[in-house]
Amino acid sequence: MSENTLEIKDLHVSIEGNEILKGITLTIKSGEFHAVMGPNGTGKSTLAAAIMGHPKFEITKGSIVLNGEDVLDMEVDERARAGLFLAMQYPSEISGVTTSDFLRSSINARREEGDEISLMKFIKEMDGALDELEIDKNMAQRYLNEGFSGGEKKRNEILQLMLLKPAIAILDEIDSGLDIDALKIVSDAVNKVREETGLGCLIITHYQRLLNYIKPDFVHVIMQGRVVKSGGAELAEKLEKEGYEWIKEELGIEDETVGQKA
Amino acid sequence: MTTLTQVPFDNKYIEQFSKEHNEPKWMTTLRLEGLELANSLALPKPDKTNINRWNFTQFKHSAKGEAIASLKDVPEQLKDFVDENNVPENIVILRNQSVAYSALSKELQDKGVVFTDIFTAIKEHEELVKKYYLTDAVTKDEHNLTALHAALMNGGVFVYIPKNVQIDVPLQTLFWQEDNEAALFNHVIVVAEENSSVTYVENYISHNDSEETVSNIIAEVFAHDHAKVSFGAVDHFASGTTSYINRRGVAYNNATIDWALGQMNEGHTVSENVTYLEGNGSNVNARTVTVGRGKQTQNFTAKTVHVGLDTDGQILQRGVLNGRTTAIFNAIGEIDNGATRANAEQESRVLMLSGEARGDANPILLIDEDDVTAGHAASVGRIDDMQLYYLQSRGISKEEAERLIIHGFLAPVVNELPIETIKNQLSQLIEGKVK
Repeated sequence: MSENTLEIKDLHVSIEGNEILKGITLTIKSGEFHAVMGPNGTGKSTLAAAIMGHPKFEITKGSIVLNGEDVLDMEVDERARAGLFLAMQYPSEISGVTTSDFLRSSINARREEGDEISLMKFIKEMDGALDELEIDKNMAQRYLNEGFSGGEKKRNEILQLMLLKPAIAILDEIDSGLDIDALKIVSDAVNKVREETGLGCLIITHYQRLLNYIKPDFVHVIMQGRVVKSGGAELAEKLEKEGYEWIKEELGIEDETVGQKA
Repeated sequence: MTTLTQVPFDNKYIEQFSKEHNEPKWMTTLRLEGLELANSLALPKPDKTNINRWNFTQFKHSAKGEAIASLKDVPEQLKDFVDENNVPENIVILRNQSVAYSALSKELQDKGVVFTDIFTAIKEHEELVKKYYLTDAVTKDEHNLTALHAALMNGGVFVYIPKNVQIDVPLQTLFWQEDNEAALFNHVIVVAEENSSVTYVENYISHNDSEETVSNIIAEVFAHDHAKVSFGAVDHFASGTTSYINRRGVAYNNATIDWALGQMNEGHTVSENVTYLEGNGSNVNARTVTVGRGKQTQNFTAKTVHVGLDTDGQILQRGVLNGRTTAIFNAIGEIDNGATRANAEQESRVLMLSGEARGDANPILLIDEDDVTAGHAASVGRIDDMQLYYLQSRGISKEEAERLIIHGFLAPVVNELPIETIKNQLSQLIEGKVK
């Protein structure tokens, strides 16, 4: 297992001239699980999208560095090949492209020409991951995310995580739309990848529920586009019991959201 | 004002050509009538495309080609079309206007299936050909190009499936214009008698990038009561060829016609694909796909004409436009008075890869009956940024992501082609054209 480090320093991000993140600093290392929590509209998903390179977000200040390399200089696909992965909240539907073809292309994108994964090995790996996530094998032949239920889309994101084995993954609201059984299955899969590959992870959620199944080492609370509180797993438990109000009171915050015009 | 162009062939030439092919009198007469009409009828007027200045008259009319001894060793230009490891049992290859290779399995021969080039069919199955040739689907007097076709027809095949014969292996044709100056006036007739079924797939191939010539293609498909015809095609005329391609079907009671057309010509093309749903309960699935590039202008009209009761007509057009090409997609559902409970759906979608290309999708419904259902959808757009972002976020390069999205966009038509080698060949063509 190699040692990977993702360093986010003083990150400022705007969308259409509207500043959403106002100086985020976080370091994620191999094996570490960081939970980013906060009420809706505080900038959590913007952080995920900015790290991956979403075309609509503009980085106005700060840096993102993976293993000493400047991530902001890289195209989206280069970031992925360098080891980043984002399990998206709203993955795109791609008509006419089967999930299986897409997965194979994704795996081969990381391999040299002439060293593509053999069909047998690919099917074996894919079938194993499908079984673990309790996904119907037919899904592999369906068009990517087209007509998938919310839960199927989330499982498909984790399927990709399992097959692509990234260094650092960001899970953006992976728990939304999952019932409790599905949540357990998905969590088990993420924990297994963590054990086997030393995955480092940034988990974005606004419910503590997910963190009962995937234990974070660090918990960060975002409000108004900044990290306003950090702690260990116990912080998430306190948030579950007491909500976010006490943090707002402690810091004198009235409106925790950001970038929303009055 | 209509401009008429003089046909560069006279009665004497036509009579001589007909005589060389030992044609019966009716055929010679039909040709001469066609010639006369061609000198008086105007060009067709496809909606939103002006074809008046296109070359439909400059070409060499007659050309011969050598025989091909074995499918195990076809000329280089045909290698992508024939699976050498699993050679087709039923295939006709026309090289220029000569039959280079022709095969029909003993089994199908014994069942009475006819699958032969048009000139042989005129000799050996004269009454059948006469019954269907330019009679109920296309007529010679529609416009200049159908008239010219009647006068100058110089190739084609005739397919006849007797009553109750169901064929599960495809019949394949390769129409290869090896001669760069030769024009192809190709005529295909597919007749499926009552309760029969057949899959037919044709390929048009030429290489004239600089020499100008013409293709004038008519295919007439007849599906009699309870018959099913699957008609696949990949057209790939080179950039020097101006093409008029007319594929028409007539479906009788409870008959089905499925079209899967890969219209991949490199030159100017006007294409129409009309299906008459004459019989009660007849239906058609008309799918077409094109990739335009360079400076070519193309016009694709697909139409379902609902006449019988309880008919169903589906049109699906997909186009990818690159370079400085122009393409118009017209999808027409026509429901005649009395065609009760007809359903007509049209979908035309255009994907633009270049800012200099022009595309237009026009779904049209012409309804003269109350109790019907109909719907249409059309779009002209670019590759979605969010789709690219999603694919790239998995490490797939932008070029590869675009490639996946384009193939996915065309998949609903490509996947319908019934022969694996031809499907692959179409995918390769798409690959080459979107770069």
